[in-house]
Amino acid sequence: MANNGPAGDLRLANVTKRFGIFTAVDDLSLTIPQGSFFALLGASGCGKTTTLRMVAGLEQPTSGQILLGGAEISRLRPYKRPVNTVFQSYALFPHLDIFENVAFGLRRRRVKEIAGQVERMLSLVQLEGYGKRRPNQLSGGQQQRVALARALINHPQVLLLDEPLGALDLKLRRQMQIELKRIQTEVGITFVHVTHDQEEAMTMADTVAVMNAGRIEQLGAPAEIYEFPATAFVANFLGQSNLLAGTVTGTSGADLLIEAYGSRFSVPVERARVRQGDVHLGVRPEKLFLAPAGDPLPAGHQGVNGVVTDSSYVGVSTQYLVRTAWGAELAVFAPNTGIGGQVPIGTPVTAHWHPAHAFVLPREAGAGDRTAPILPDAVAAAS
Amino acid sequence: MSVLSHVGAPVGGPKDTVREPVAGQRRRRLLPYLLLLPGALWLALFFAVPAVQLAATSLYDPAGSLDLGYAMTWAFGNYPDALAAYWPQFARSFAYAGIATVLAVLLGYPLAYAIAQKAGRWKNLMLVCVVAPMFTSFLLRTLAWKTILSDNGWLVGLLRDLHLLAPDGRLLATPAAVVLGLTYNFLPFMVLPLYANLERLDYRLLEAASDLYASPVRVFRRVTLPLSMPGLVAGTLLFFIPASGDYINAELLGTPNEYMIGNVIDSAFLVRLDYPQAAALSFLFMAVILAIVFVYVRRAGTDEVV
Amino acid sequence: MRFGRWIAERWVLALALLVLGYLFLPIAVVAALSFNRPSNRLSYDFNEFTLDNWRNPCGPGDMCSSLLLSVQIGLLATLVATLLGTLMAFAMVRHRFRGRAATNLLIFLPMATPEVVMGSSLLALFVAAGMPLGFWTVVIAHVMFCVSFVVVTVKARLAGLDARLEEAAMDLYASEWQTFRRVTFPLVFPGILAAALLSFSLSFDDFIITNFNAGSSTVTFPMYVWGAAQRGIPPQVNVIGTAMFVIALLLVLGGSVRRRRGVAA
Ligand SMILES: Nc1ncnc2c1ncn2[C@@H]1O[C@H](COP(=O)(O)OP(=O)(O)OP(=O)(O)O)[C@@H](O)[C@H]1O
Ligand SMILES: [Mg+2]
Repeated sequence: MANNGPAGDLRLANVTKRFGIFTAVDDLSLTIPQGSFFALLGASGCGKTTTLRMVAGLEQPTSGQILLGGAEISRLRPYKRPVNTVFQSYALFPHLDIFENVAFGLRRRRVKEIAGQVERMLSLVQLEGYGKRRPNQLSGGQQQRVALARALINHPQVLLLDEPLGALDLKLRRQMQIELKRIQTEVGITFVHVTHDQEEAMTMADTVAVMNAGRIEQLGAPAEIYEFPATAFVANFLGQSNLLAGTVTGTSGADLLIEAYGSRFSVPVERARVRQGDVHLGVRPEKLFLAPAGDPLPAGHQGVNGVVTDSSYVGVSTQYLVRTAWGAELAVFAPNTGIGGQVPIGTPVTAHWHPAHAFVLPREAGAGDRTAPILPDAVAAAS
Repeated sequence: MSVLSHVGAPVGGPKDTVREPVAGQRRRRLLPYLLLLPGALWLALFFAVPAVQLAATSLYDPAGSLDLGYAMTWAFGNYPDALAAYWPQFARSFAYAGIATVLAVLLGYPLAYAIAQKAGRWKNLMLVCVVAPMFTSFLLRTLAWKTILSDNGWLVGLLRDLHLLAPDGRLLATPAAVVLGLTYNFLPFMVLPLYANLERLDYRLLEAASDLYASPVRVFRRVTLPLSMPGLVAGTLLFFIPASGDYINAELLGTPNEYMIGNVIDSAFLVRLDYPQAAALSFLFMAVILAIVFVYVRRAGTDEVV
Repeated sequence: MRFGRWIAERWVLALALLVLGYLFLPIAVVAALSFNRPSNRLSYDFNEFTLDNWRNPCGPGDMCSSLLLSVQIGLLATLVATLLGTLMAFAMVRHRFRGRAATNLLIFLPMATPEVVMGSSLLALFVAAGMPLGFWTVVIAHVMFCVSFVVVTVKARLAGLDARLEEAAMDLYASEWQTFRRVTFPLVFPGILAAALLSFSLSFDDFIITNFNAGSSTVTFPMYVWGAAQRGIPPQVNVIGTAMFVIALLLVLGGSVRRRRGVAA
């Protein structure tokens, strides 16, 4: 395909998609650099698939532009776009065998030497010898790999993957992740990858975008998003966070001063998304430490008092719930370093943190604390 | 065999899933009309127009004749007159077709159920067996029934020997023979939609149900039957409509005492040449059928019939 | 419980076989009569075994020409009805448009209209339009009552077709036409074939509507049988009936065997 210069970026400019009165994608703008691995995360129904479909040409944006390498493609028919899709539901052709499914795109473009390429592709997804089978004679995971092979074989400029690894077992999934990443770096294809697996998104992607209700809430490198989320939604969608409702009272040097529930806290100004008004003071559970109530805190730390109400041992760490005097339940993940024992339920404690690990997010007036319940995979996502 | 499994599948079919087709283009707006045009035109010209014309004919002056010509006098009296003259045939049509429908459900449901859920690898063969008789002419099969039911046939002999039939009792030329013929002739129209529906019935649902309700009878009443309702509605309609309009069975297996409305309309059109009356009868009949269909579909809770 | 279910299963299957037997009873009679040498023209009783009827199926003068005519009308009507009906089914399933409900009604009504009514009203139209009754009026009538069945059959198949398959095809560089040719059509084809088969059997077997619209010189096979029934049926008619049954059986069975082979291969 012609547009292979560094300007082969995929750009969405103010793209909106409405279904009747329902807005599925709301004024979305983003740039995906050529050759990058871009992950799209978000709750079910937030518009991820719709976004991909618009890039593929299967859905017409209600307004806005889609550009590939500077050229407007949003009016092009799907078969005119150098874009291929791995469908969420595979969409394998039931009347064609696996070989013909994979060869479909090549045949439509009248490519010669099909057999060799197809065989290579099938072995890449570990399906050698399955060429003569029909899709309904394969397992879910095998079908998914065929869908992948069928798109990859065309070496598109942009590959859209709609939860392509959802049906695979963990081992195969890791394998395919490595394989995908390898292919992506080798061939220099732009991957746009929709996934529900946060770890997958964080380990594979150069850039992660978190979508919510048709909008992108935050976009950036995985570590950046995790360490300094932009909104309460992101803070609790990617990993989890303890968000305390507070109000900015002023600044002191390079610190923002916040009052919450009668206590005063400080956060470095550069860790604050807003500098006045109602805010959420956020700390990740693994950045909280527990100390017996009344003990002196390490230098510079600040904390809140509470009582341990729950603890669950999950191997690499122990997850505690600490109930504060005003009834918020803070999650605290303590690594199992072997130093210091488990804290029994009922113990009065101080949960403390270093201000540099906290962050400040805007809060709608009247919104209370946002603390997420302990999720089993939160640790995995945080690691 | 998927060929036949789709016959009559309509009512049970999934709701139209119109995911807005790829990219709206000008000519896409016109396309559906172009696709519809020939067929719709055909139906309009050769079905709708004649129907309207029939409605008009039914209001012509009954005093007219083919030779003298007909005058449009808005003779609504044709309807009560036709009904008064032929209400027994009307009643008979619906009674015979109704009884035959019940019989066809009793015979067709187990057959469709067995083919869909129990036949295993004999499924295709059994399905073919349901359809293949349709290829032997309808008339021939009815004539064959005439042979089977005839007074000196083996069936009558057997029934007489078993004292199930009086020594001078007959089968042919009785209402029973006509109902039997109707049941027989239109049975595939009952079985095929039922089969298409029951085939899609998830066996795991039945297993889950037998977990919950335990008794097979209750599983059938609570799960299988409600789920197969669309198929049953389609089947009964596709059966009842042609059965009530039929006159071949009454003609071949019955006597004028068993004549149905179809016989009357046929002779009014082709023998007596009394067009206004024939049209009034036709229209009345069609109206009743449509009323039955709509009430039935409403009550059965299947909105889209086609 | 297990025993109860065992009985229940066999009971249903046994009942089903009985019903099939009922369906086959008249066919058996027709087949038997095809080997019969009748004692007189009006007799339906089995008299004497003979192969004469099978040796000379076209014995009675007009029978085979009426059969041929029925096949011709059936094929022509099937072709036209399948084409028109399939196009309509595509429009109904794949497009949103104004007048959908009215179209649905137009398709449904012919199926809800008794044949006498359709046949007679169409006759009235032909007479009023001064159209001579014969081959073409019969074809027109047959297409008319077959179209709805085609639409319904193809529609069911089409509605069950995953629209994403076509999207996938377009995503893989297939133009609209290629998508139709490589994906949509092959997947809908079984439905179209079923519709065609249904059309042919409806047309081939129709008596009531044909009887209204054929005039006096066009005699289809069912009309021949009807006429013969008044005068006495020549035994060769049963040969044709039996042969049609066997051909239908072989055709459909052959098709399904081939399909199974295709999948296994
Ligand atoms: N054709 C359509 N008509 C109407 N609404 C639609 C249509 N397609 C999608 N939607 C709606 O748009 C929203 C976004 O859908 P989309 O498929 O993009 O979600 P998603 O983010 O991919 O979700 P998931 O993670 O569950 O796949 C949903 O609320 C959905 O109901
Ligand atoms: Mg999705």
